[in-house]
Amino acid sequence: MSVTEKFETMDYSPALESRANADAWLTSNDHAFGMFIDGKWVKPEGAKSFDTYAPSTGEKLATITAARQEDVDAAVKAAREAQPIWAKSGGHTRARYLYALARLVQKHSRVLSVLESLDNGKPIRESRDIDIPLVARHFYHHAGWAQLLGEEFPAHEAIGVAGQVIPWNFPLLMLAWKVAPALAAGNTVVLKPAEFTSLTALMFAELCEEAGLPAGVVNIVTGAGDVGAMIVDADVDKVAFTGSTGVGKAIRRAIAGSGKKLTLELGGKSPFIVFEDADIDGAVEGLVDAIWFNQGEVCCAGSRLLVQEGIAERFFAKLKARMGKLRIGDSLDKCIDVGAVVDSVQKKRIEELIAKGVDEGAEIFQADCPMPSAGSFYPPTLVTGVGTDNILFKEEVFGPVLTAITFRTQGEAVGLANNTRYGLAATVWSESISRALEVAPALKAGIVWINGTNMFDAAAGFGGYRESGFGREGGREGMLAYLKPRYEASLKDMKSTLMPSAVKKPKASGEPGIDKTAKFYIGGKQARPDGGDSVVVADHKGDFAGLIGAGNYKDIRNAVEAANGAAKWAATSGHLKAQILYYIAENLGYRAEEFEKRLVSLTGASKKAAAQEVAVSIERLFTAAAMADKHDGAVHQPPIRGVALAMNEAVGTIGIVCPDEAPLLALVTLAAYAIAAGNTTVVIPSERYPLLATDFYQILETSDLPGGVINIVAGERGAMTLPLAKHYGVDGLWYFGTKDGSTMVEREAAENMKRTWVNYGKTYDFMDATQFSARTMMERASEVKNIWVPYGDANEGGKPY
Amino acid sequence: MTENFVNQGTAFHADWLDGIRVNKSAVERRTNTLAGRRAVKKEAQVAFMLKAVSCIDLTTLAGDDTPGRVRRLCGKAMHPVRSDVLVAFGAQDMRLTTGAVCVYHEMVEEAVKALGSSGVPVAAVSTGFPAGLAPMETRLEEIRRSVAAGAREIDIVVTRAHVLNGNWQALYDEVKAFKEACGHAHMKTILATGEHGNLTQVGKASMTAMMAGSDFIKTSTGMEGINATLPVSLVMIRQIRDFYERTGIKVGYKPAGGIKTAKQAVLYLSLIKEELGRAWMEPELFRFGASSLLGDLERQLEYHATGGYSVAYRHPMG
Repeated sequence: MSVTEKFETMDYSPALESRANADAWLTSNDHAFGMFIDGKWVKPEGAKSFDTYAPSTGEKLATITAARQEDVDAAVKAAREAQPIWAKSGGHTRARYLYALARLVQKHSRVLSVLESLDNGKPIRESRDIDIPLVARHFYHHAGWAQLLGEEFPAHEAIGVAGQVIPWNFPLLMLAWKVAPALAAGNTVVLKPAEFTSLTALMFAELCEEAGLPAGVVNIVTGAGDVGAMIVDADVDKVAFTGSTGVGKAIRRAIAGSGKKLTLELGGKSPFIVFEDADIDGAVEGLVDAIWFNQGEVCCAGSRLLVQEGIAERFFAKLKARMGKLRIGDSLDKCIDVGAVVDSVQKKRIEELIAKGVDEGAEIFQADCPMPSAGSFYPPTLVTGVGTDNILFKEEVFGPVLTAITFRTQGEAVGLANNTRYGLAATVWSESISRALEVAPALKAGIVWINGTNMFDAAAGFGGYRESGFGREGGREGMLAYLKPRYEASLKDMKSTLMPSAVKKPKASGEPGIDKTAKFYIGGKQARPDGGDSVVVADHKGDFAGLIGAGNYKDIRNAVEAANGAAKWAATSGHLKAQILYYIAENLGYRAEEFEKRLVSLTGASKKAAAQEVAVSIERLFTAAAMADKHDGAVHQPPIRGVALAMNEAVGTIGIVCPDEAPLLALVTLAAYAIAAGNTTVVIPSERYPLLATDFYQILETSDLPGGVINIVAGERGAMTLPLAKHYGVDGLWYFGTKDGSTMVEREAAENMKRTWVNYGKTYDFMDATQFSARTMMERASEVKNIWVPYGDANEGGKPY
Repeated sequence: MTENFVNQGTAFHADWLDGIRVNKSAVERRTNTLAGRRAVKKEAQVAFMLKAVSCIDLTTLAGDDTPGRVRRLCGKAMHPVRSDVLVAFGAQDMRLTTGAVCVYHEMVEEAVKALGSSGVPVAAVSTGFPAGLAPMETRLEEIRRSVAAGAREIDIVVTRAHVLNGNWQALYDEVKAFKEACGHAHMKTILATGEHGNLTQVGKASMTAMMAGSDFIKTSTGMEGINATLPVSLVMIRQIRDFYERTGIKVGYKPAGGIKTAKQAVLYLSLIKEELGRAWMEPELFRFGASSLLGDLERQLEYHATGGYSVAYRHPMG
């Protein structure tokens, strides 16, 4: 088109970024890649291969090796051998390597950006301005954690070998999120990029060579989901996965009971809430960043739009107009907003979901923007006219599809926002700081953005609630996902403590004493067991000590109901929580002697040991009380004009299955920290010594503890644990029992992604203040929510043009 | 373009102002990422630069302005780009001129004479420019005299106190009075946004000025500490869009001061294209208030014509 014609149309011209560097790299590798194992490039004879394509054009970019079992084994073996040396090399040495990697990413930023956009289909603007800079930032930040490791985490050590499986939506960025913290903490890694997008991971392997990283510290194997499964099953100590919720659950089940640590960053259906007092044009533009960023192939995409009714009509009109301005095209065009979806498979999936949504009554609006003729493109789409049961309102589409619904009040907005099994991110638009900061904590999401969206930084943890997975990436909490407490290595196997099979029944004679009835404690009231059965409890000699109700799944149901109903405990002040915990300690102190005697009689402990257990229990209550008003969050300073508030929030309702060791102290310790962090609990006391718990609820009754915060149901450990593990209303489950029981808990908890802590049949030393240090326990009992708050109003400081 | 863009204004609607809320961070995020989203390259880049030339209000507003200086400026306005450069783009027949010449009242007559039948209008800054604190009668009379002297466009300034104190009715009344004094001349309302407290005030002042009949809204006098910025521009043109949606009336936009490079000018045009659309990318609805911008556009255009980076002395001085 001539200049004068352009002068009339004022259209843009394609502005293609040069791909020469990327092509040169592909050519120099003959468009065929092996894998990076033990510091060497290997292309095993006989291994199958697959092709990787540019979704914008459909052209084949390269042939990638499909790893076999022996290749994965070799990679894991290399990582295993390299790990102790890597861990011993020290924080400063590892910091140097991570710093070098950060620098190398910057030095090769252009070719990495082009390669990423070619392989994934995302706009070059995004890979150049967002993905790759964040990759470098992540390595810098974690170079810092490596440097500070000894000082910041003195009681922790590396986990070992991390098996990491990453998705195709942010290929190199997800690699950075996985590799940087793992290496900083002293782990070695075996990483598999997604089969659609292996190229930048392979180029990263070259950067590892360039940085002189010791062989085996980073191993990159390629292939499809079956290779991912091989890594998960391999001899790794930690599995980190980012991807779909379905696969995440399968992984949780597959490694249940193995003792492998796990972090899962899974799907989402994140709400984007626009209140009537929002900057409406700003919020419309925010949606471009929320759902049309990376073609909507973003786990935290703001895909559910909630608009207050009074502004809805105007908002939708503005939104539709804005959609018409979006430009879709070649991923290397510097003049587009939306690129290609990663593969025709994904495009087909989007089409199918849309068709289902339409079948269910949804109305579809698609932007009238020119679509490229070739490549796998899907137009930006707005879905309206849906109820909360429409598939497009409930299910993750992972495409440029926004589903909208309206609300009347703030309360309804929060209700709709939380009406999902997911809980990854949320966005709130309001010019009222009072409203925004009230809504943010009420949202079930690991990340909340106020008046902005999809903001990321290595210093602010990223990760979800509910079925969006668990564990955090980035920040201090992200480092903890690649560390384990030092004491863990020395835990011994638990010895079973069985109830004697034949208990001598008491023979009544003379004037009867007053019958003692040990009940359950549910919702602040004593409750008889639903089944109406009791079992005999023996003292340490095998003599009759009392009867205890035999709990069943209905008692669990009732207890969870009560615990869920007491959720506002989380919002009570730290001061009040502390007061109540102190008061429990005080009341236990009054009856210390009685508990000592009970311990001696039931467990056969020496008088001295029993006295010590009671004393430490009181001390634990004091420590939990002390922490209740000190478990403060953090204020991050991300690279925006604003702050990210890292708030510690309660997990929710935590099931606590107590061990038989230290039957009073274990119960007190676990419950005290759980409630100090704002959780409500369902406690299953020691199966062998349940009477200590039933004695204990009398103390709770006199200590102003609101009903439902601690619920106690006794019964056979396994029979009590199963319904807890399967209960969707239970958000966390701490289990101290057998190895098999631990496996069962981790497997059954997968369905609603409970945060589990199990002992794998090992014995914890409840007297040991290190194992149950206040900080560690509060971290277990809470989730970190990062609330991003950009600020600024004064009319100054804008860029001077 | 044959459409005649005249804004007769509307009644004062306080409720149109109530919903205006501007989040500064969100505005900046949009303007900071725009250049990355819209790379204007090749023939589009040349077209955008030529368009920028056609939208310049070539301006001299200095105490030492003389008739000679103004004549020279008018010459430049009628032939802003060297003809051999235009030939290189096949654009020699497009009769490229700047959008207007912008001067103080005293220079209007000279400018009108110098521009003759070229079609380039004269714009006069008025109403006690730049502070706007002269007596109301004086300000109104200044408008009338400039119009009588041949100015087809009047750039008025508003009383900043009305904006800072949220006295929108008073601002409306003031601008409406100026509009009446302008008669058939196009009125550009200078909001002096650099002196507003925040962007929400900028938005409300913009809407008020349009309700009162402004044909253009303009950022600055060029004399404030902060003149045109992209964030302020985004806020103002979004109000122009809302006013158009409410009334069907297209109001023009003029960023003034601080726009010195071709790159900036192209980015501004992209912003207009994205937020307002193609219709606004014409001198009837968009102007740059600038004195040094043209020089950079000339040099960049020569680079595109020849492949060699240019220097100022190769282009006729204005």
